[in-house]
This record gives sequence, structure tokens and C-alpha cells, in this order.
Amino acid sequence: MVEYVKGIPIMRPYIDQDNQAYWDAVKQHKLVLQHCHACDLYLHPPRPMCPSCNAQDTLEWKPSSGKGQIYSFVNFTTDRMAYPAFKLPYAVVLVELEEGVRLTGNTHQIHPDDIYVGMPVEIMFEDMDDDMTLYRFKKRDG
Amino acid sequence: MELYKEKTAIVGIGVVPFSTDIGRTEWYTACQAVKLAVDDAGLDMKRVDGLVKNVDDGPDQMYVQKGLGMDNLTYTAESHWGTSPMMNAITAVASGSVNYAVYYQTAHRASGPEKSISDFRVAREMREDLLDLIRADFYTPFGLIGQPGYVGMTIRRYMHEFNVTPEQMGWVPVVCSENAARNTEAVFFDKSITIQDYINSKVVVDPIRELDCAPKVDGSIAIIVTTLENAKSLRHPPAIIMAATQGTSSEGQFFTSYMRDTITELPEMQFVADELYRVAGIGAKDVKVAQLDDSFAPLVPMQLEALGFCDRGEGAAFCEGGDRIRNGGQLPLNTAGGALGQGRFDSARIVEAVRQVRGTSANQVKDADMVLSVSGAGGPADGLILRRQ
Amino acid sequence: MLDEYVSRKYRDDWRPPVDANLIKNKVAIVGIGQTKFTRDSQRDELEMAVESIKAAVDDAGLKMEDIDGMEMFTIDRLAMPMVISTLGMKNIRFTSEVSFGGGAACAVTMHAAAAVATGATNYVVCFRSLNEASGQRYGRGDSYADYMLKAVTPHYGYHWPFGFVTPLAWAGVWGKRWMHEFGITREQIGWWPVVLRENAQNNPNAIYHGRPITHQDYMESPMIVDPLKLHDCCVDTDGACAYIVTTVERARDLQQTPAVILAAAQSCPMEQEIQTIYSRPVISGLVETWYAGQELYRIAEVGPDDIDVAQLYDPYSIGGIIQLEELGFCERGESGRFIEGGDNIRVGGKIPVNTSGGLLSEAYIHGFNLVIEGVRQIRGTSTNQVDNVELSMVTAGPGVPSSGIILRKD
Repeated sequence: MVEYVKGIPIMRPYIDQDNQAYWDAVKQHKLVLQHCHACDLYLHPPRPMCPSCNAQDTLEWKPSSGKGQIYSFVNFTTDRMAYPAFKLPYAVVLVELEEGVRLTGNTHQIHPDDIYVGMPVEIMFEDMDDDMTLYRFKKRDG
Repeated sequence: MELYKEKTAIVGIGVVPFSTDIGRTEWYTACQAVKLAVDDAGLDMKRVDGLVKNVDDGPDQMYVQKGLGMDNLTYTAESHWGTSPMMNAITAVASGSVNYAVYYQTAHRASGPEKSISDFRVAREMREDLLDLIRADFYTPFGLIGQPGYVGMTIRRYMHEFNVTPEQMGWVPVVCSENAARNTEAVFFDKSITIQDYINSKVVVDPIRELDCAPKVDGSIAIIVTTLENAKSLRHPPAIIMAATQGTSSEGQFFTSYMRDTITELPEMQFVADELYRVAGIGAKDVKVAQLDDSFAPLVPMQLEALGFCDRGEGAAFCEGGDRIRNGGQLPLNTAGGALGQGRFDSARIVEAVRQVRGTSANQVKDADMVLSVSGAGGPADGLILRRQ
Repeated sequence: MLDEYVSRKYRDDWRPPVDANLIKNKVAIVGIGQTKFTRDSQRDELEMAVESIKAAVDDAGLKMEDIDGMEMFTIDRLAMPMVISTLGMKNIRFTSEVSFGGGAACAVTMHAAAAVATGATNYVVCFRSLNEASGQRYGRGDSYADYMLKAVTPHYGYHWPFGFVTPLAWAGVWGKRWMHEFGITREQIGWWPVVLRENAQNNPNAIYHGRPITHQDYMESPMIVDPLKLHDCCVDTDGACAYIVTTVERARDLQQTPAVILAAAQSCPMEQEIQTIYSRPVISGLVETWYAGQELYRIAEVGPDDIDVAQLYDPYSIGGIIQLEELGFCERGESGRFIEGGDNIRVGGKIPVNTSGGLLSEAYIHGFNLVIEGVRQIRGTSTNQVDNVELSMVTAGPGVPSSGIILRKD
């Protein structure tokens, strides 16, 4: 569950050549993960070189199922640490995807008090405005 | 006692080809440069355990490590100006804190509208505001803005005190252009210029001409420092660091140290020179080739004086005609083309110094067994002296 | 490639040999200085910086012109040439800065020590000056809204758009996982802030001097970012600290008892980020602290049992507690039980920690106040002095590239 305060912009991601494909896919409501085909290694966050083999041309983008489990989470309960564009309380979850990488994001239709480590979730996308799409995680049947 | 004297060496250099539009992110080219340097040295990437950089350049060490997968960095530091992070690399290695320290400088100054990625960028930008306060109060209201203007104030006084003509000031750009024309890696000067070209060059802020100012460039360089012991098992003969230092002086600012008794000398560079020669146990006459800071060419004559290559006030005359500073002359300068030919990029001077020691320069000086490289003319300075094994 | 996070093998064969370490026993901290710690200094950072530097120089019995090296944080608002000019220093021959905020607290000591030990410089002053309470507060969520519409780096871009801002919240994620995996309870965590607040009651310089709390106060304090409560968070402070590093040889001619550096180490292991270390296979531990500890013990040739007192960098209580495990003061996952009741970490306990009140209760000068307290424990001048201190440990920020030192008596 995440609701926004009207009039305060949501911060935008930092997009450059190294992660353009990731955010482009999100725009199209798809999740892709960086993968080194020489090492068969998923890499998140995306980067310009494989840290295992130091190659730059072995990196590719693979579609992800977007399914995983909540690995950990925090609840923003006071305005001291919260970003003002978000209505309190709101949660940020760390989701371990089936591919083994972990993404942070907000939740959809899950109250912060109901979140637990191990909760099965899957990704969904939300167009914030014409230029920005973000993702959230919703409950799925384990 | 200088326990760092002749204890360390440069064993690897990595240079991503300079360009005015390198076409990649700084994170990408930073990883590339370090990889090139590690391969040049013949080293295992995992073994790199120190990463140092300039405060305002390049991605954070964490980013570089994320691309390169070093096992664990046990020394990461930054220094502000010129090539001063070399002093970090040298003391880290010489103190036995790391085996292989890499100094990387990555900055896409020509093409990059984006600033360097750093998780601490916001904090740094706050600092820049504060540094600019002096200028905001005393210079900016009068329209004195920009480095050519700051440097011009100093150079005007220098030319006045020592009766230097604009023509005399032109020989450093001429010789740099000649060297750059012979260096296929240099981005600027496909062919060399004449002294007349210099005189005809557009005046930016009188007395500073367009050909006095090094152009911006996209670059990414990495330099590996290790112990002489470790160097034995690596690919290249080491470029031994005889001495290195940083230098500051009182009332120091970047290009605007106008409050000193005299503004026509470079006390920071003077300090660097004294310290380098003292530690290395050599004199100016032993230096076979020098890489001086020609970010603004008119500051080169003052450096020649500070470094003891000629007497005070004689720097411009020393360069006149160009023969003394050409390859084959008394003191060949900026043999890769300098910042004027390669673009303004401080660590490029160290790379060229290493190449001279290795004997692989595009303008190789005969018997270049002792090479000097300095940075930071007109502000805090630093430098080192390399020698052959 | 990330197996070492699970197996925790330390490649000491990849480290320079101990006998090549020129810092060990050769360098000392000889002067310490600080300003008042307040919540509203009414002064700028430059004024506080020069006051603390002057105090450190005087404490050592040196003259300002003796100083020829300077160390600071990259995130200090001051540019080094301004500080040098203001103090009228000439011929500074070594300058260095360290990034990564609090993780650099002991890295500056180490770098200064490396420069001094190799003869590159004679006396280095290290300082940190900040108006974190009255000025820009990067610990607060709304400060991110003031000047940014876009995450400033690619890494932050995966977090900030979700309202996921402030180091405390980022740490909360690995903190929550750590609590989950090892069954660490809120009650247990509460003992850390309670003991630190006790220590602050004896330290008149502490911001929370005169304001004790009980364990019940802790339990009843509001949640800031679940899992962290108000009393889990460090105290935003205005102030400055400075100290002087030189060789032991020179230190013996100066007026203070030298705090000799037995070992100094920095560490930035793979997949390091600023708290968001989530791409590591295990996030219920902090390998940067573990690596720093391994390196400290390797160089010092001592173990955790030999440490008499420790100042563990605690920007939030879990960041301090988890270091007890990573530095070997207790087993992995046992720190909750270890601090229960507080006796193990009180003065007189197994490992007294943060004897000045730490970042939670004394002041948040990015760990510089911890280094100074580490020195006082060696001098015997702490307001919570531990008996017969031989070895005094100080660490730096957890969850970021980190660092540590072990000090000893001459």
C-alpha cells in the first residue's frame, strides 16, 4: 500500500547508458535483469562490467519472472525519516527474486503491519506520469 | 627519514583513448582504465587493494569495485588537486598498508553534461559554494570570473615585471603542438602551429589567448603503484618513484593568490621542487625530461623558474625559439603534447613520464633515466620524479 | 564470486606482511581538541574547525607551524585551502581526504599514519567540523526533497523513488533481516542506548549529559523507521574535533602520553554501497567491519579478548551492536543476548563500549569524538575510565566502507 501526497514530486531514478535498458523495460511494464552470459551471473544493480570476468561485452538483459519473496523491509512511521511525497505509514520492501537478485520497492494493497519476511510477492508496474514508471510488489499465492 | 624514497614504483598504466565525446559513462570508462592498467602490469584484478582518486573526479571507489570485483580495498583515499592522490598511493604502499594501489582519474569534461557519479555529490556541491565565497565577494561583482581571467591577472604582472613579450609566451604552445602532432593519441593538433598562429590566436581575456588554454577533454586513466619487491614479478620494468610530494603555501587559493607579497612566482611549486630534489638527492640539472602543468601555458615559464631550470624572470626567455624545450634540447617539455595537445587532464603527465622511463613515448627522449612530472601551477601543487631501474 | 561472504575466509596471504607494516608501533596520536558539542552552534564550520585544530595543537604542545599535513572528510563543507590559509599554515606537504562519511572516521587516522610512518610528512592534523543539528541534515527525510528531483547516482535511483531515503532506513532493512535470522529482540537492542546514556551522565561534554533514560523509556519511545526507535538514533550535533598524528619518536618529546597506533585498517569489500548492501548473499552481517577487524587483529597480532575498551561507531544502535559480532567480542547472532542487561558492555564488563556516550548520547561528529575518547582511555583521562587499559579500539561507520584502529600505551 502506498499513497502519495499531492503536489510533491516523486524522485526520479538516475538513468544513464549503464542502466538505460533496465528503466526502458520498466517503462514497458517489464522487468529485465543484467546477466553475464560468460559467468552465468545475475547482476543487480546493473553495472558497466562483470565483476567476475571483467568483460564488458558479455553483459545482456534477461527477462525476469518478477516473482519472489520479501527478504526484509522497513516501515516509515514518522515524518523524520520519510520522504514527504509519501503518506504515512508506508513500507519499503526488499524482495529476493527467483533469479537470486534483490530489488527494493513499495507494496501494493498490503498494509505495512501485515508484511512479514518470506511473504510471496510479484512485481507490478505503475505509470507515475508520462515519463516515469515505477514498480511495486503485490501478494501472490505461495 | 623519507622511508618512501625509492620504495615504490609505477608498474601499470591504463589509458582509455582521449576524446571530445567518449560515448560512454564515467563508470564504464573508469572500469576500463583500471582494467587496462591491471592488464598492462600483468596483475590479477582481485589483488588490487587500494583505490585513490581526485575528490571531484570519477565515480566513487565502490562503483569501480562493483565493476571490477576486487576482493577487498584496504585503502581508499582522495585528494583534491592535480595529481596529488599519487601521494596517497605511494604512502599506502610504502607503509605496508596495501600491495597494489591504483590511482584512477576519470572525467568526461568535454562531453559530460552529467557530473561525476558520487554518492556524496550533494555534500561536495555544498562545499564548492563555500570555496567560491571569496571570489563571490571580491572578484565576481567586478566581472572577474573564470580561470583565464584569474590567471590573466597574474600573467599581466609577470610580463610587466620581467618585460616578457606575447611572442615569448607563444613558444610553449608551439612546442606542445609539435609534440601533439607526432603523438597519434593526442586529440588536438593534427599539425603543429607556428608562432604566428599563436600571435593571431583569439584573445580570450587579455593577455590570455585561446592557444594558452588547454581544451576540455573526456579521459580516463589508471596508474598502479606497488613495492619494488612486488614489481619484480610483473610485466614491465618498474618506473621507480624517487621522490614525490604535495605543496601548499600561505595565502593560497586556486589561481587567485593575489594577497601575497609577490604574485609572479609559484611558492607551492617552489616547495615541491625543493622537496623533490632534497628527497631524491638530485638537482634540476639531472632531470632529462619534464612534464609541466600547461593547463594555462603562460604559467609554464614560472614553473621552469620554481623548479630551478632557469633563473627567476628567465622562464619566458628560456622557452623562446623553442629549441631548449624541444626533444633534443636542454629540457624537453610535455613530450606527449601536454594539456594543450591532449586536453586538460592532470594524470596524463604521469602516464607520459612513465612512458619516457619505459622508452615508449611518441616523442621519446634519449636516455630519459630521470623524469619529472608536476601539477597544480597557480594553486596547491604536487609532483614526482621517476627513474629507470 | 561472492562465496567469501558466506565462508568468511580472510585472504591474509594477499595482504602485505606484518613486518612490512611501518605504521605498527611507529605512529601515535599526540594531541586532541574539540569544540563544545551543541544543538545550535551559531557559528560556521570554519570557525569551529580552526578552534578544534588550535586546541589539538596546544594539547600536544606544538606550534601551528609544526603541522605539515592535513586530513579531512570529502563531505566536510570546508575546502582545505581555506582552512590552511585561515590558520596561516605554510608548506603543507601531505593532504588527503576520505569519502564515505562515517566509514572514514579511522581511515583518516590510518592515512595520516601511513604518511607519517613513511616520512612523507611530520605532523598531520585530522579534523571534522559540522553543523549537523542546525544546518543541513542529511539524516532527515525531508532534506532530500529540498534540492533534488532526481536520485543523484544510479544506485540511489533504485531506492529513492520509493520514498526510501536516509541512511537509517537503509540500515533498517539489513537490521530487520539480522533480527529475523537470529531472533534478536527489541528489548535486547534497547540495552545499547541505555548503557550509552549512562556513560553520558558522567561526561559533561555529552549532549545528553543530565538527561538519563531507563530501559522502559527506550521501549516507550516512538518508532522512527521500524525497526528503529527514537533512542536508536544518533544525536545530530554541531561541533568539531581534531587530533594530531606523528611518529612515536617525536611523540615521546611532547607533553602528552602518546596513544600509539598498534594497527590501523580500512576495508571496502565487494558489493559495498552506502548501507544498501543488499546484493550480498548475506545481509545479516557487515563484512566491511569483519574485514577491518581481521586486518586489525592480523597486524596487531592480538585477538578480541585482548581489547580492553572499544569505541564502536553507532549512528544507530544496531550498527554498534552488530559490530560486537563482527569484531569477535561475541559469536555471530549472539550480540542480542550479549548486551542483555548491559553489564557486558558497561565499564567493568567484558568489553566496555562507547565510554563517552558514543554517537547516540555524546555527539555525532562522524566518529572523530570516538577517536578522541579512544585516546583518552589510553591517557587515563576518560570520564568513564576503564582500569588498566592496554589496548583501546576504535571503529568507523558500519554498512559503508569502514575502518578501525587499535591504540596502545607506549
